[in-house]
Amino acid sequence: MPWDRNQMAARAAQELQDGWYVNLGIGIPTLVSNYIPKGVEVTLQSENGMLGMGPFPFEGEEDADLINAGKQTVTELPQTAFFDSSQSFAMIRGGKINMAILGAMEVSETGDLANWMIPGKLIKGMGGAMDLVAGVKRVVVVMDHTNKAGESKVLKSCTLPLTGKAVVNRIITNLGVLDVVPGGVKIVECATDVSEAEIKAATEATIIA
Amino acid sequence: MKKIYDNADKALEGLLHDGMLIAAGGFGLCGIPELLIAAIKRAGTKNLTIASNNAGVDGFGLGQLLESRQVKKMMSSYVGENAEFMRQYLAKELEVEFNPQGTLAERMRAGGAGIPGFYTKTGVGTLIAEGKETKDFNGQTYVLERGIFADLAIVKAWKADPSGNLVYRKTARNFNPPAATCGKICVAEVEEIVPLGSLDPDMIHTPGIYVHRLIKGDHEKRIEQRTTRKKESV
Repeated sequence: MPWDRNQMAARAAQELQDGWYVNLGIGIPTLVSNYIPKGVEVTLQSENGMLGMGPFPFEGEEDADLINAGKQTVTELPQTAFFDSSQSFAMIRGGKINMAILGAMEVSETGDLANWMIPGKLIKGMGGAMDLVAGVKRVVVVMDHTNKAGESKVLKSCTLPLTGKAVVNRIITNLGVLDVVPGGVKIVECATDVSEAEIKAATEATIIA
Repeated sequence: MKKIYDNADKALEGLLHDGMLIAAGGFGLCGIPELLIAAIKRAGTKNLTIASNNAGVDGFGLGQLLESRQVKKMMSSYVGENAEFMRQYLAKELEVEFNPQGTLAERMRAGGAGIPGFYTKTGVGTLIAEGKETKDFNGQTYVLERGIFADLAIVKAWKADPSGNLVYRKTARNFNPPAATCGKICVAEVEEIVPLGSLDPDMIHTPGIYVHRLIKGDHEKRIEQRTTRKKESV
């Protein structure tokens, strides 16, 4: 069975290392915070100006001045620090964030990422994604392997406008885990009861053995 | 000391003109200068270019200025939550210059800091870099971005003292500090104006030199995505 959103998030959480500073994108990546392994302490950075982001508040304890990058109410932790947006992106661009986990529309076999616009249709804007992929030490994409039309999202070359060029290190999909390596992508792991053949069939990019 | 005005309309008197560039603080609906935005709507100033990370929501925040067709161009990083924005943009009724969020913040900071241009890796190889100069540093390509020099900066802070020193609260800080610095004039709306000397000088977020006019007011402080977790039963 392919992984569902929560299983993908749980697998992505395995990428975290103790002591890391991590930025989680909106969508499935936010679920990663529910699955941080025991003994692994990470500090979540929220691009709108917060280090040490806590869980969602209990009902009645929501604070309009305390939100994450997805505009959801959150809480603080003992190690929390607040700072302004220019400081936030200084630490991102300055390479202090160990990992960004974000969603994607398309990823190419050279690690190009497209996740911010569909010309003529969906143009929400890139938010902090371009800065994140240009600045963080490691980029992990979490996305469905194919789109609603059943077409591969792991391509030889992105067709949509890019968020970043040659920025993606690892791709976690509902079918498994792939790494971007010289010459193409490499299957690292298959989801439960998913075969390598299935992954290959759903992947347009060059697969390196 | 800085002039404290009775209300947002008076605080903006003499500062607004058609076609001006306004830098606004706020992230989503958090830390937005609600009162000043509403006053700009009432003033009817047109053909505005607004540098702001987001464009509010339909009916609140900068969304109000879009509805009243006062905005010619937005310089923003994310406008996904605003249907009217999308509609005007796709119908070519509104110009949008998408800026990566970090680039936008740094452009405001740089403009306020006398840095007319700076290089960043953000956006290299994407649409954002098209038409812009690039330069290589240490074997990597960076793109030249320019500082924002706004006619007016409108910001929201938590507290001010009469000398214009500002303190922000939690994630309502966001773009307000860089925005405050990059306008020829900065008007700040706060929840409380405290007596001179009551703010700890070590804890000032925006020194008063950047702030020209102050208003105190009541803020709605709308929550865009109220999200909670369940208490675990014992």
